[in-house]
Formats: sequence, structure tokens, C-alpha cells
Amino acid sequence: MVLEAKHISFRYGKESRQILEDFSFRMTQEERLGLIAPSGFGKTTFCKILAGYEKPDAGEILLEGRPLSSFGRYCPVQMIWQHPEQVVNPRLKMRKVLEEGDGVEPRIIEELGIEPDWLNRYPGELSGGELQRFCIARALGERTRFLLADEISTMLDLITQSQIWSFLIQEVERRGIGLLAVSHSRPLLERVCTRVWDLEE
Amino acid sequence: MKEKREILKIEGMNISFKQYEGGFSKTNLDVIRDLDVTVHEGEMVAVVGSSGSGKSLLAHGILGILPYNASLGGRILYQGEELTQEKKESLRGNEIVLVPQSVAFLDPLMKIGPQIRKGKKDPESMAKLDGIFQGYHLKKEVQELYPFELSGGMNRRVLVSTAMMGEPRLVIADEPTPGLHMKMVRRVMEHFRELADKGAGVLLITHDLEQALEVADRVVVFYAGTTVEDASVSDFEREETLRHPYSKALFRAMPRNGFQFIPGTQPYAKEMPEGCPFAPRCGQCRENCRKEIPFRELRGGKVRCVNAV
Amino acid sequence: MKMGNGRIRTAVFFGAAVLLLAGITLAGFLLSREAMVTDFSRKDLAPGLPYLFGTDWLGRDMLARALTGLSMSIRLGLLAAGISSLIALGLGIASATMGRAVDSVITFIIDLVMGIPHILLLILISYACGKGFQGVVIGVSLTHWTSLARLIRGEVLQLRETGYVKMAEKLGMSRFHIAWKHMFPHLFPQFLVGLILLFPHAILHEASITFLGFGLSPEQPAIGIILSESMKYLAMGKWWLAVFPGLLLVLTVVLFDTAGESLRKLLNPGSTHD
Repeated sequence: MVLEAKHISFRYGKESRQILEDFSFRMTQEERLGLIAPSGFGKTTFCKILAGYEKPDAGEILLEGRPLSSFGRYCPVQMIWQHPEQVVNPRLKMRKVLEEGDGVEPRIIEELGIEPDWLNRYPGELSGGELQRFCIARALGERTRFLLADEISTMLDLITQSQIWSFLIQEVERRGIGLLAVSHSRPLLERVCTRVWDLEE
Repeated sequence: MKEKREILKIEGMNISFKQYEGGFSKTNLDVIRDLDVTVHEGEMVAVVGSSGSGKSLLAHGILGILPYNASLGGRILYQGEELTQEKKESLRGNEIVLVPQSVAFLDPLMKIGPQIRKGKKDPESMAKLDGIFQGYHLKKEVQELYPFELSGGMNRRVLVSTAMMGEPRLVIADEPTPGLHMKMVRRVMEHFRELADKGAGVLLITHDLEQALEVADRVVVFYAGTTVEDASVSDFEREETLRHPYSKALFRAMPRNGFQFIPGTQPYAKEMPEGCPFAPRCGQCRENCRKEIPFRELRGGKVRCVNAV
Repeated sequence: MKMGNGRIRTAVFFGAAVLLLAGITLAGFLLSREAMVTDFSRKDLAPGLPYLFGTDWLGRDMLARALTGLSMSIRLGLLAAGISSLIALGLGIASATMGRAVDSVITFIIDLVMGIPHILLLILISYACGKGFQGVVIGVSLTHWTSLARLIRGEVLQLRETGYVKMAEKLGMSRFHIAWKHMFPHLFPQFLVGLILLFPHAILHEASITFLGFGLSPEQPAIGIILSESMKYLAMGKWWLAVFPGLLLVLTVVLFDTAGESLRKLLNPGSTHD
């Protein structure tokens, strides 16, 4: 499968700055692509557009040549956010949070180091690293074909960062999921990705 | 090297919270136990721990702004004297400044300029602030705006500016840079470095070891509410010079040093193991790790591990 | 009072307030016959035994009358506040979810209702609906929903923008699932507290318009009637006719307020450490 962005332009509202202008992009399912972008590029916005959270003002996002919306309700392009606490409902127990994923295999939960006891806790009772593991598991449902990781380990300690990325590399390779990793750290992306695309150069 | 004066010395700090669990039962939650840090004149010390591990409380404890359901124990010495609550209140904002993690620390009803100058209108303060703002790419007009009119990144730069305004003896920076892009982060860090070079003590509280290693003099490794190692930055160049098994594990997990990881996670404050908190994940754990572990001197640094040599 | 268990204290406050209110309601209900009994052999008695609140010019027991009146007010308040908050819930959610056109119409209605002085609108509606119990309930219901509706609208708008709701959409969750699992748990406490805090308003307004003669009919022992009738006798030194029923009304309103505030504390996880 191929994920493409064709000539997309985007800005939030009429008054604000043009974030993307005639931007094109393409990656395949076999790749782990690392993206380093200059400040002000709008990396998060770009990920949100690719995952269908925002509609570009011009241009289109295509998966296998088809628009994302034609794939039904479950979006095959899933995004993992930088701040996991923003994307879990503070009033739901973690078990319920995971249930929203598309049939997440127990194997994934185990390999991510999620302990059974955590499932009975509320998000406020977990650390950022523990929450992020849940968000990753949730995004790895059956129908996921591409995974966008937007600075997912910036707020985590080095050991958790290494644990999470090692798992992700293994998992996307096994299932043939395309991975787009956005980070400011070149050493990290060189460890994780098959190709690093530096927009700063 | 000439012995420098100690500006801040924290010994055996512990912070616990009263909490309600589920319905009506009350518990005490020990979030920080046995924290020891010393900051000398002209020195930049980084306390590094993972996010959510309660290290912000360290800053709040020093400044006396803990929530009322928290209790603070241990000793805090400021320039050799006990730092009492009254002293904290009179010193904070002048000699001791905090660069807080949250932009909510700005007064929403006061314009930026007067807020940072603390109402001073003499030409000297005005010029100084203009200079600081220029360095952070903040326009002069920003001084006439209210915090809500600025973006998150701009407010963050404003917060950092407050520390640069006075002549602080001690700067406590609590995760000062999230949301800023790399160039800005570097500039902020350079400014902290400058303050330290002018003789102030800087305590940087962060989750980012790699960033800390770029600017700080010493790194204090914080794990599960406890300081496990106090090491100079150069100790982090090789694994052998580090002392605690957790610091070594951190070293090996850096992308440039092999990106290896150890399994497991930091224990939760409610389920803290007896003795060494790292014991369940440690390869060298022995019988004597299960009791009280002292923070002892070792090879010019400090370590809280009975097996370290 | 730092020590002690704040949550238990709050829960006790809440429980006590609710119990007292239930007691008043029940007592009034049981005493409704007693409240109508006239007996000229005991007219114009000052407070004392056995008539704690005294008696009026027809020899009616003022305690029984005040309790019956309040009981009626509370029941009427419950009904009106219930209807009012349901209107608020419906319109608030519709406003936030059914697109811009619906939103601007509903917002306009909210502004309109809020713009007209409460009591005036209340009198108009009550009068148009034939006064009495029905008129008052409709009047109070139709005038008290606005601020709660606005609150719910804001809350829903905010919830729709949260990361977890957007994430749920991308994970293919149905609209019902999102509403039930992600919105309802946040809205419910707001709604419940809003509902309880509506009661005192409803009761006070019922009493006011009845007092002014646009509410319940004079033969009913409503608190507004008691107060307006007592006006004529105040000048003759019969202070108890107004003071006790008035105090009881204030007490009821304060109790509802206490109940609402303590419930808000109990439901809000952020204040669990108070």
C-alpha cells in the first residue's frame, strides 16, 4: 500500500499563517520513514491531515489511490499523539480505553509491557510512559495499515523510549505496517527508521 | 579547583500527599522519598527523572508552594541556613526564581511588560527587558499584551524572561522548554548557563537526559521518588564511570549508545518495594538491596546502591 | 478543620439537606388537611404551645399552613426544575451538535429569554396559561432553562474538540458510543448539580408570582399566598404571620443550595482533596 499527500495546502482559519503550501509526500507500507522538519513546519498538523483529523484546503490524501474516507469508519491511518493524556478520556478505565481499538491482540498488550493491573486504573493513575503504551496498543488494531508517530517519545525517559521503539519496529515489520516517525532527534530516527527525510536540509 | 559555596543543599527531602481513594478512605501517598541535591555557586545541576515521577514537587517544595494536602519533610539549606516557610516567601521572586512548567503561573490580569518588571518603570529595567525580549524573538509590543493574547510558545518564553530580569542567586527551572523548538531550547539553555557563569546556582528539573548533558555541570538521577546517583556530566561519557545500575541502563538506552533497554517500568508510588526502588529491575540485586540504602560518596559522586564500586 | 475527613463531612451535609427537605415535603403533605381547619376559638394566637408558629385571623395553625405551603412549593419546584433542565439538556445538546443554523437559532432564543426580566416573562406566561398550578409550572419551566442550556452547550462543544473524542471517531466508534461513553460521564454531574441549583430559583419565583397574585389561587396554602395575606395584618402587630413562613422559605432555599454545592464537591474529582 502507498500513502500519498498530493499538493496539499493548509491553514487554520483565514487569519492565520499558511502552514502547508502545495506539499507532496509519498511513502509505502514497507517503509519506516523518519521526518525531521524545521520549526514552524507544522509537523503535528501534517500528521493530523494525513490521518484525516484535518481536511486540507487544497490537495488530497490518498491511500492506494483512494481517498481516506472511502475506507469506512475505521481509519487505516492511525496517529499516536505526543501527549497521551490528551487522547484518553480521564473518566474511563484503561480497559475501556483499549476496547476502542480495533481488536487489539493480547500479544501486543503483553509485548508493550502493559501490566494486567493497569487495566483497572484510571488514566490519572498512570505515568506518561505507561499511558503512551496504551495509546500505541490502541492504534495497532487489525485494520491499521499506516502508523504516524508524532514525537511520541519526547516526554519519556530513555529506557521507556527505547522499549517503545524496539517494540514498534518489530511490530510494524511483522505486520507490514508503514511507519512515519516525526522527531527532532536525528540519532533516534537513524536508529528507528529505514529512511530519514530531513526537511531542514 | 577551589571549593565553591553551597547555595542550596537538600537533605533527605520527602513529600507525601493525603488522598481520598475511591469513596471516603484516606491514604498517605509518598511521592518523594529521600531526595538529596546540592547546588553550588556558578553551578548548573540537572535533576533528571521520567515525567510523572513527581519531580516538579521538588521545585514546589523548595519554594514553599506545595498544595495544602501535601506535607514536606527533610532539610533544605539555603546559603548554609535553614530555609523556613517565611524565608521561602520573602526570597522567592527575588533571590530565588522559578521558571515553572505551566504557563498558568502568569497573572492573567496583568500586562506582560509590567508583570515581568514587577511594576518597575525606570529606564534601566525597561532597557533590560527590551534586550531580553529581543533575544527571545519577542516583539516590544508583546509587553503591552495580556498572557491570553499570546501563543503557548510565546508565554513560555515570557516565563523564562522573568528569570533573566533580576539578579537571582538561585534559579529553579522546571521543565522550562516543552513546546519550544530546538533553536529556542538551545537559546534558553544558553541563558541559564550564562546565569550560572555569573555566579548563580541553577537547578534544572527535566526528563531529558540528553539535553541536560549538553548544558549542566552535574546530573542527579531521580528514580521512583529517590535520587539514585549524583554524577558529573563527564561521567556520562562512558558506562564504566557511572555508578548506579539505573544510570547505566539510561546510558545504554541512549540512541547513540546502543538503544538497548531493560524491561519493566518505574514502580507506582503506592506499590513501592522495600529498600532499593530499582531492585525489581536490577540484574545485580542481592539480599541486602531490600533494606534501607544510604546515599554514599563514591568516586567523586554519590550513589544510592550497596553494590556499586 | 484541616483534620477529619472532608469528603465524609460533605456527604453528611448533602444527606442532611436532602433528608430535611424530604421531611418538610412529607410533613406538609400529611398536614394539608390540618392547614385548612378554621377555628375562631383560637384565632390570632401568638407563637407558643401548642401552636409553635401561632394562628391567623381565622384560627388556622400557621405551622401546618407554612409546611403545607412549602411542601407544595417544593413539589412544584421539583416538577418545574425537572422540566426546565430537560429543556436545557435537549436544547444545549442540539445547539452544540446540529450544525450552525440550529445553534444560532437556539443561542438567539437563549439570549432572548435571558434578555427579558425573569419575573415579567414568568408573570406573562403564567397568566397566559391560566395561572394556578399549571400556569406556574409552565412559567417557571420556560424561564429557567437558559443558563443550564448554555452551560451544556459549552461543555458539549468543548468535549467535541477533545483529543479522545476525535480519536474515538478515527477508531470508527459510533456516534452513540461517543455520546454515551465520552460525553455523558462528563455532562451528568454538571446536569445534576445544575438541576438541584435550579430548585431554589424555581421555589422563590413561584413564591414571588403567587405573592403578586399571578400564581397559585388564594384558597391554596402556598407560601406566596401566606406571605401576601399576612401583609394586611403586619401593621396590626401580628409579626408571626410573615416571619416564620418567611424563615422557613429561606431555610428551604439554603438547604437546596447546600445540597447542590455539596453534590458538586462530591462529584468533582478535582475537589476530592478539599
